[in-house]
Amino acid sequence: MRIRKLMLAVLVFAASLLAVGVVYAQQETPNTPTDNEVNEIAKKLYCPVCPNTPLDVCETQACQDWRALIKQQLAEGWTEEEILNYFVVQYGERVLAEPQRRGFTSLVWVLPVTAAALGAVVVWQVVKSWQAARLPVQNDLMEIPDIDPEVRARVEQELRALEEEL
Amino acid sequence: MLNDIGFFALAIAFGLAVYACVAALYGGWKARTQWVESARNASILIFPLLTVSVIILVYALYRLDFSLAYVNDVSSRAMSPFLRVTALWGGQNGSLLFWAWIMAGFVMTVLLRRWEPDRELMPYVIFTAVLTTGFFVGVTLFIANPFQRLWHVLGDTELTRAVFRPANAMAYIPEDGGGLNPLLRHFGMIGHPPTTYLGFTGFVIPFAYAIAALITGQSRGDKWIRATRRWTLVAWLFLSIGLVLGGRWAYDVLGWGGFWGWDPVENAMLLPWLTGTAFLHSVMMTEKRGMLKKWNMVLIILTYSLALFGTFITRTGVVSSVHAFAQSALGPAFFVFIGVTFIGSVWLLIERWDTLKSDHELESFFSREAAFLLQNMLFLAIAFAVFWGTVFPLISELVTGTKITVGPPYFKKVTGPLFFALLLLMGIAPLFAWRKQAVERLGKAIRYPFALSVVLAVLWGYAYRAHPAAYLGLWLVVFVTLAILWEFGKGIKARTRRGENVWTALQKLIGRNHRRYGGYIIHLGVVMIALGFIGDSFLKQETQGTVAAGESLQLGAYSLRFDNLGYYAGSDGREVLEATTSLFKDGQFVRTLNPRRDYFVVQRQPVTIPGVYSTAAEDVYVLLVGWEEIGLGASTFKMYINPLINWAWVGGLMLIVGTLIAAWGPMSGQREVSYALRRPTARPQPAAGD
Repeated sequence: MRIRKLMLAVLVFAASLLAVGVVYAQQETPNTPTDNEVNEIAKKLYCPVCPNTPLDVCETQACQDWRALIKQQLAEGWTEEEILNYFVVQYGERVLAEPQRRGFTSLVWVLPVTAAALGAVVVWQVVKSWQAARLPVQNDLMEIPDIDPEVRARVEQELRALEEEL
Repeated sequence: MLNDIGFFALAIAFGLAVYACVAALYGGWKARTQWVESARNASILIFPLLTVSVIILVYALYRLDFSLAYVNDVSSRAMSPFLRVTALWGGQNGSLLFWAWIMAGFVMTVLLRRWEPDRELMPYVIFTAVLTTGFFVGVTLFIANPFQRLWHVLGDTELTRAVFRPANAMAYIPEDGGGLNPLLRHFGMIGHPPTTYLGFTGFVIPFAYAIAALITGQSRGDKWIRATRRWTLVAWLFLSIGLVLGGRWAYDVLGWGGFWGWDPVENAMLLPWLTGTAFLHSVMMTEKRGMLKKWNMVLIILTYSLALFGTFITRTGVVSSVHAFAQSALGPAFFVFIGVTFIGSVWLLIERWDTLKSDHELESFFSREAAFLLQNMLFLAIAFAVFWGTVFPLISELVTGTKITVGPPYFKKVTGPLFFALLLLMGIAPLFAWRKQAVERLGKAIRYPFALSVVLAVLWGYAYRAHPAAYLGLWLVVFVTLAILWEFGKGIKARTRRGENVWTALQKLIGRNHRRYGGYIIHLGVVMIALGFIGDSFLKQETQGTVAAGESLQLGAYSLRFDNLGYYAGSDGREVLEATTSLFKDGQFVRTLNPRRDYFVVQRQPVTIPGVYSTAAEDVYVLLVGWEEIGLGASTFKMYINPLINWAWVGGLMLIVGTLIAAWGPMSGQREVSYALRRPTARPQPAAGD
């Protein structure tokens, strides 16, 4: 693991050196990307060593190097898509904050939507079945046909008590 | 010596738990009261025994007894006595003991309080509840024992952790410990684990009753629901407080300008909250209409399994890395236990499916029953989306070998519309009548709040027209708030007409139906939290820049002037780099902000503490993210404007108040009788209400 991290750091360092070289080669380019432009892209990335921390807020050395790299790439005129692609090619799909919508990964999007749609159908069906199971004779006055006299007496007693209380 | 007592108390507690499970099951099966009573006594004893263990461990943390590996891990000389005590839940082993202790406390309370009225359910309540307690005690005892010591075995290069001396070993007592993870040294993180654990473990009571009801075949009645209603509310309340405290902690300590990052650990906690909220609502259907009995069972089984799953995720770290799973026996043990609990419960549910028939039926889609069902489905859909997003990286790695990240954009996009629908339903569903709601009547009930919300959205929300989603969200928030306030207004008006003043009227209104109005207050809290989320998701502004002393950074109406950078040695072994900055709004000086970077020397960990200016409308949140060598004086700041964020905290408080009101007041006796009598069919008019 440590060796991998080291290799990663070396790679990133080499890449940034390369990028620095390129920048120096074309000194004239006037545009220095702002931190905001860098963060806008970094927000969409996660570095592989810091789980659950987006690149724009991560404070580790590796992440700072990545941001520096993005800055160089922006200075060279790379588009956002090119930069994101570069990181995906280098480090795999896991660097993307938002999972892709193709291949196996698309399942992460498809299933919840399907489940929600299925849920709606289930609600519809269940309510329908409840309606169908309703007693065929509908009593508009909502009178209870044969209420236990004892219960009725208690209801009335309660109502009286309630009235007094109010 | 003392530590040995702690260890043995833990061991005896485990023995008692095993005994209680067996005795309760046997007693229930053979209908032998003595066995059940004996099981009850054994279960009650677990809590005092674990209390002994907990006190001894806390004392060891306090007096820095570094002979214990756990103390060595989480405590250090530089820590204040208060922090040392809270280190009980600052690490793995202590947390698990703490978890078991709280659960044993719940079990003891329920067995002392609800013994007589629920006699016939008790054998299986004991069995189910103590089985889980016993599992946690067992894990603490055999896998993650906080009473392990450090040993130096002759010839080994690394230290061994064991309770008893291994062969050829010498005790090793370090001079100082590693200390609590610096990120955890905050009131939110000190209060967050206990409240979360109270929430997680609290759901064992309704779950145990549900299982007991299934086993005894009493699931047709709603006795188990009535018996556990308040327990469920308490568990839910603590889980909610835990969520709010966790959010506050993230906002104050993690330094990314937000309070909810859709991190697996956060999601793991949100999941049982979602299904638990659905459960709280669906039991009302059973109580009042005798419907959704199967559904309640499904929900409580899900909630409890997800609470266990949440503990599993947080304690094993399996989602961020599959490899964490096999690092200790903890992962597999949890996995098997959750599997057994879930499959066992579901099997039982299927066995008893026919006993769970509904009593009543309904007439229309426009009815409170249908609204409840839809609401439950929405909660479940959100829970599924969150669950799926949380575990998908794992599935992807197992199936295709490709690691992927499922970050906040996914969760926002998938759950956003569902939350929107849920909020809308929250506004109008309480106005629906049971069985059937006349559409005209509903229109009458909501026309004023609706019209007013539209007017307000046009006037006030116009400022947010650039963000359609935020605009819609703000309208919804206004509408739902008005709809709820309207309900209060109607009740108060009816009472003031009889000569009561407004304040008495409000008190009596809530007092007469504390569950309903407590519920409305909770809904208001939820609306406020939604406001915080809308601000966070759509309206946030940020900028980053490097400025020299005297220079300013601009964002919106604010400008931040960097004055100087200071360095000093802080408490608890930290070195503090603190910037002094002045915040101006429209050119007017507002106040000084001091964003800083604490560096914990021993742990070699930096913590970014923001400087924050808070108002009801927005927070200005400033982070010190970089600096030149002192003297050169140029520093890099990240500055956020977080609109509406404080409403999330106010909403959290509101939710707590509402829950307390809902849980308050008589819940049994007379009240129950009147509930039973108030069958909706006996009511003279199909108006809104419960």
